[in-house]
This record gives sequence, structure tokens and C-alpha cells, in this order.
Amino acid sequence: MPTPLLQDATAIVGIGATTWSKSSTRSELELALDAISAALDDAGIDPSEVDGLSSYTLESTEEVEIARNLGLGDIGYFGKVHYGGGAGCGVVGQASMAVATGVCNVAVAWRSRKRGSAASRPWAGVGQRIGGPAQWSRPFGLLRPVDEIAMLTRRYCHEFGATRDDLCTVATSIRAHANLNPAAQMGAKPMTREDYFGARMISEPLCLFDNCLETDGAAAVVIVRADRAVAGPQPPAFIHSWAQSLPRQHQTMTNYFCDDPLLGPAWACGEQLWERSEVGPSDIDVCQLYDAFSPLVLLSLEGYGFCGRGEAAGFVAEQGIGPGGGLPVNTSGGGMSEAYIHGFNLIVEAVRQVRGTSTSQTPGATWSLVTSGEGVPTGAVLLRGANP
Amino acid sequence: MITAALLPLLDPQSTPFWEGCGLGELRVQSCGSCHARRMPPRPMCPICRSLDVEWRATSGRGRIWSYVVPHPPLLPAFNDIAPYNVIVVSLDEMPTIRFVGNLVSSADGPINEVDPAGIAINSPVRVVFSSPIADEVGEVAFPRWVRA
Repeated sequence: MPTPLLQDATAIVGIGATTWSKSSTRSELELALDAISAALDDAGIDPSEVDGLSSYTLESTEEVEIARNLGLGDIGYFGKVHYGGGAGCGVVGQASMAVATGVCNVAVAWRSRKRGSAASRPWAGVGQRIGGPAQWSRPFGLLRPVDEIAMLTRRYCHEFGATRDDLCTVATSIRAHANLNPAAQMGAKPMTREDYFGARMISEPLCLFDNCLETDGAAAVVIVRADRAVAGPQPPAFIHSWAQSLPRQHQTMTNYFCDDPLLGPAWACGEQLWERSEVGPSDIDVCQLYDAFSPLVLLSLEGYGFCGRGEAAGFVAEQGIGPGGGLPVNTSGGGMSEAYIHGFNLIVEAVRQVRGTSTSQTPGATWSLVTSGEGVPTGAVLLRGANP
Repeated sequence: MITAALLPLLDPQSTPFWEGCGLGELRVQSCGSCHARRMPPRPMCPICRSLDVEWRATSGRGRIWSYVVPHPPLLPAFNDIAPYNVIVVSLDEMPTIRFVGNLVSSADGPINEVDPAGIAINSPVRVVFSSPIADEVGEVAFPRWVRA
């Protein structure tokens, strides 16, 4: 089989992030500019060289504002990816594709988010009458993303025997990574199993600690072609492969209407990702799995092939996903314990792992997987370190 | 007549469903050409690409596929009655046709009346219809579910 066209053709050479907080006094634009500046400085690239921009459709900072504030060059590629937390890896992947094909040379991908922003919380803006697909769920009181995912979670537990104890293991393992990361919002707050089971319920069977954080902050990455990457100041994180997936008959969060709602987008995305990769799930050193809610980690472990269907709870218990575990997951604390900006901090952390600079570093990490939201049209990026 | 926080915004695709609820029928959209059923409704048949549409009444009987019990913070009207239940029902004659709804004790009973501890996946249920719920736009009857 020929080598896939885009394999290792580009690399992430710059990463940047703001501090994480619950109520920043700065605007989303200022946060974005801060993160992108940091990423360009990290890459040693002058803003005038940037000619590609990529972000989320939910992003409120516009390309023209980013470009004229930072003094970017003539932008030749700009694009946005839909579906909230499902977008991040597609945002990076599409920028990478534009760079690899020569449509642009230096691409910046970013996400900036303030928790109070109306655009960040589409469910909060509902009026009296509910139109479109939501009319089949919200009038009945299924209002929030947590309610929609709790519905899948209850069914998953029923079919495969997982319990709240397994969700607790996910939450406390991710928190243990965050406790090693001084920048994490929950960095200084340990979480015991007693803390987890003592937390209030949000949408049974999910409690407070099954949910991601609320965060003001921004993160950004810089992407160039592989030949330039190797000459830069940072160890390159090669984009070995990436994939997006909007599987047949899928209906975003309230995906209750297809033949098997528990076979979410991660399954089709994983199939494509591994087809384009030299390696498979058993070769992966470290994962950043999108964790707006703890059950998404279990569903993603199965969808991306780390274990069989219905086996994720056992996998987590036996392998361990916390610090020192067989497959460390969300090593900066992820969306549940570091920061929640629709998964973009996961991408930055996946790069740190192949650089060897994570605060919960997996020794010798070469293959670093990052995924976007399961339960919505999604994406995944597989990074390869410079010294396999 | 009772009032609720959230009513559906009827559109050309969804109107026959909600009108059916007012007439005591739980309807599902079918392709007018190949007759494949689909939920939620949409303009085109994903199997044969026909734009012809027909609506047929179902048995209104199904089984609980899953359920949740939301707690605050919620929209104000739902905060006031939380915790309540939301269920997904799988239709007996075609289990991949599913509906989001609420388990109640009677057609106009509140959605927080049934003890969540007694709700179980795979329990048989049948549809009932609420009295019309009104707002300034008009009125809509809701499908609700009772134990069969």
C-alpha cells in the first residue's frame, strides 16, 4: 500500500496557551492573541509569515481581527470546523492539509473561550419555542449536553455492566494527572473516591465530577511542513495521521435515532485514522481523549480500538490511565481537571508529550494520540515524536 | 389548559407529528415511495432519495431504552420540578424508531411524579397524550408514556 499522502508531511512546531481561570477580565480576542503570540514565539516564527488560519465555527474571534492585531501576512487559507467539541482535531487536521498541499505555508489553529459567552453555550440561548432537531428532545426536559450524554451512559452501563465506580476511576485518574500540573484549574485540589461519590448529581447517572470544568482561556498551535519543522527551535510533533468522522445517520448529541447509538463517531474515525497510520492502538504511548464528560473516555477507548466493545471499564481498571498507568490519558488534567476550551488544551498537551515536557510525562513518548468529542461529529490527530 | 416552559416550533417536517398528538395518534414519517420509516422526520428518504412523504400511526407501544434524572441547574421552569425523569422509548414494531419523552402516572400528570428508583430499562410503556399546552403562538399536545 502506498504511504498516505499526508503522513508526516507537516508538524506542530509551536504551542501556546493562556492561564486558565473561571472569570478572566480579558476579552476572548485578547485571550486568543495572547495564546497565538505565545505559540509563534515558541516556534520562532514571525507573525508576518503566517498565511493560514483555522478555528471552530463556535469561535467568536474572527480571522480579520486575529490577522490585523497580530500583524499577520496575507492570509491564503482560512477555514472553520463545526460541531463544538468535535471540531478541534479537524481544525488542526484541515490546517495541516492546507500546509501539506502548499495552499499555505505557516498555519495557526486556535480556540478562545469564555464560559459566559453566549456562543460558547448554544443550549443556554433557547427561546420559548424549540425548532429543528432539538424539538424532539428539549421540550421533554432533556436540556443540557450532560443530560444528552447521561442518556447514552445509562444505556451503556445497562448493556455492558459498567458502573459509577468505573466513571469514578476515570475522573480520579484524570484529576491525579492535573495534580501534577500547576497550571491546571484543579492542580491543587486532589479528588478521592469519597469526594466523587459525595458530589451532587447533575443528571443521573452523572454527578458533578463526571463533568468538565468551566474555563476562560485560549490555546493555539503553529503548523509548518516537515522539512521546515526539523530546522526549528522545538522538537517537531509530526502530524502522522488525522481523520474526521460524521458517520451515517448520526444526529449529534441526541444520537438516539440510528441503529446502534452507542457506536458513536469515534468508531468510524478510528477506522480511518488507523488505516492512514503506520501503527495501531497497541503502539500508542499516551492519549488525550476528549472528556467533556467521563463516559466519553470509556466510549473513546473502545471506538479507537484500545479494547473491545464494552470492555473499557475493565481496561481502565487493569491498565490504569492515571500517572504511571499502562495508557496515561489526559495527562495535563484534560477538560475535567485542567481546563475546558472545547478540547484544544488536549492538542497542546499531546505536543508536550512528544517534546517530553508534560508535567505528567510518559517516558519516551513517541506516539501521542489526541481525539475530539465523542457523541458529535469528531476528529483525531496522531502525533509522532521526532525520535521514534 | 396548562402552560409549559418549552414548546416545539412546528415546521413543515414536524407538523404532522405534533398534529397527530392532538388527535391521539403517535405518528411516524415514512417514505412515500419505498415506505421506509424514519425518525426524526426529514424531507428526503435516505434509502431511495424520494421526496414523497407519508405519515402513519404507530402502535404507541414500546420499551424504555434509557432514562435520566436531571437535577439543577436547569432552565427555571424545569428547576422548579427537578428532579424529574426523561426517557427514551424504543417502538415495539420497529425498535430503531425511538422517541424522547417522560414517564408519567397519567396523561396530564407531572413529569416528576414517578419515583425514579422504579424506572427500569426494557420496561413496557404505552403512549398517552397530554391536554393541549398553550403559549402565545398556539397549543401543542405532548406525547407522554405510562407503564403498559
